[in-house]
Amino acid sequence: MSENEVIFEARNLKKYFTVKLGFLTALRGRAIFVHAVDDVSFKIGKGEVFGLVGESGCGKTTTGRVAIRLLDPTDGKIFFEGKEITSFSHEEMRKLRRLMQIIFQDPYESLNPRMSVYDIVSEPVHVQELESDEDKITAMVKNSLLQMGLAPPEEFLYRFPHEISGGQRQRVAIARALVTSPGFLVADEPVSMLDASIRVEVSKLMLDLVKNQGISMLYITHDIALARYMCDKIAVMYLGEIVEQSPTETLLMEPLHPYTNALMLAVPVPDPTARRLKVVVKGEVASPIAPPPGCRFHPRCPKAQDICRVQKPEFREIEPGRFVACHFPEGK
Amino acid sequence: MTNVQEKLLEVNDLVMYYQTLRGPVKAVDRVSFDLKKGEALGLVGESGCGKTSAMLAILRLLPINARVINGEIVFEGRNLLKIPKKEFNENIRWKKISVIFQGAMNALHPMMPVGEQITEAIMLHEHLNKKEAFERAGKLLDLVGVGASRINRYAHELSGGMKQRCMIAMSLACSPDLVIADEPTTALDVIISAQVLKMIKDLQRKLNISVIVVTHDLSMVAEICEKIAIMYAGKIVENGDIKKVFSEPRHPYTQGLIGAFPSILGSKKILKSIPGSPPDLLDPPSGCRFHPRCPYALEVCRKEEPKFTKIEEDWVVACYLYR
Repeated sequence: MSENEVIFEARNLKKYFTVKLGFLTALRGRAIFVHAVDDVSFKIGKGEVFGLVGESGCGKTTTGRVAIRLLDPTDGKIFFEGKEITSFSHEEMRKLRRLMQIIFQDPYESLNPRMSVYDIVSEPVHVQELESDEDKITAMVKNSLLQMGLAPPEEFLYRFPHEISGGQRQRVAIARALVTSPGFLVADEPVSMLDASIRVEVSKLMLDLVKNQGISMLYITHDIALARYMCDKIAVMYLGEIVEQSPTETLLMEPLHPYTNALMLAVPVPDPTARRLKVVVKGEVASPIAPPPGCRFHPRCPKAQDICRVQKPEFREIEPGRFVACHFPEGK
Repeated sequence: MTNVQEKLLEVNDLVMYYQTLRGPVKAVDRVSFDLKKGEALGLVGESGCGKTSAMLAILRLLPINARVINGEIVFEGRNLLKIPKKEFNENIRWKKISVIFQGAMNALHPMMPVGEQITEAIMLHEHLNKKEAFERAGKLLDLVGVGASRINRYAHELSGGMKQRCMIAMSLACSPDLVIADEPTTALDVIISAQVLKMIKDLQRKLNISVIVVTHDLSMVAEICEKIAIMYAGKIVENGDIKKVFSEPRHPYTQGLIGAFPSILGSKKILKSIPGSPPDLLDPPSGCRFHPRCPYALEVCRKEEPKFTKIEEDWVVACYLYR
């Protein structure tokens, strides 16, 4: 993996959603926003798997969707292969999407139940006008299915989503994303709906493919243990912001942010001799409509000081490759 | 823990099929296990392996197309399947055996304050007047960390973790001997889920109740249970002390499942996967149901069903490799 070649960059990305108000409240007050993504910046190198980890509602999925402009950012810039794509037109984006694909979480919802596997996987080829010869399209579809371990592909081509298992559905969804040979992939919890034994199989296949073809991936998940196996770097999100970013093993072994530390201590471990399950933070995530002032984690943070309540900590690089937004990082 | 040796629950050769238009679905097939007083058992398996069905059979909450074909469920010396329905409803379910349902977020009544719901459960089973029952509901909410001050809140006013705690308070309403927790932390975030699991464990110790945790998540069972039973395609394949099973899993499926769970501790090991997918229970494979996916399958595995082999005291495995 070459560090210098950045394929994707998000710079100060923001996405606010307006909250629907009653007629009278709207007349009286200003609009209210959900700060789903608030000033998020990161870079993904070529062939790199970049993990975005956080609890539900932290804005990781929204970040993923904004990244490939399925949602338009409220503010900030998005760069892909050196070009700024934030203001690309609909038509320009359509062409670009051959190179940027997404895998959704739920294969029960992301596949059209009335389309056969062949129709599903070949659709991007038609939309992108990559090929018009039916035989060649069939070959592309078969190849893509085969890559995802659906062998022999002929057996799956004319089946419908309800005729195949959940694991096979997600393989079809991944095959659809890969059929246009993209250079950048957003994977939004791609295996969280699958059973443990199948999860590993699909994850391994995905990782092999991505690594062999030099695809860069934004891997979104709530499962840090799984992220460890998939990602080169991990960024931890809390309430719309990235609080820490480090190479995977460094982040796990020496978390800098108290939130990362708390998250790590709360993850159950499949080893009965290593029981720990510590709860070091109290309470629950604050509302993204009115996030706390200063550091957003301060109401739950065991190390919070006065400064944390007033001043927002800067997201800074404290060692090469290690970023944190905290006034008092662990061990520093 | 006291009375460790006393058996609270014994399930023997339980067979339960769902009748469907395409034939019987063999959801629970000759399942046997037991549970001592004060013990926590983790019943682990992937979706559709019959773990929830087995629990519903114990609670006699099965849907109308389910048939218990064989077996007995002995609880405190009585076969639950033979107890008249009225008596079961009044004196067993909730009073002796209660349940924390899967997706508890949606199990609370949306138009009734949580305290009222707990009060209702208490009054149905115990001879208390409304005031006494309401007081007890408040104490229960204190016990689970919701606080009696929230007794008049509606479900939509509470967060997911709080709702789950209310469900736990409700399951403890009539001081049961056994609580069945069916995926107690699905849909909860990592930190909240750790809080809830820790609370379940603390309460289990404090009140000396037995718990059966039904889940697909091995890590969760590793954190809070003393015993583990692994289910595959309607059958228990291995059952034993959790530390022993985790350190030296015997059944190839147990080995596969443990190898498939990533950990954030220790050095990064290579994750193993189990090829194939679980069978259709309308037409399960002959012999050992795991044989089509098993790397060590022998000729006999295809033909005959393995019986439990005793590895040690309190540790059995259903596999021909250990005959």
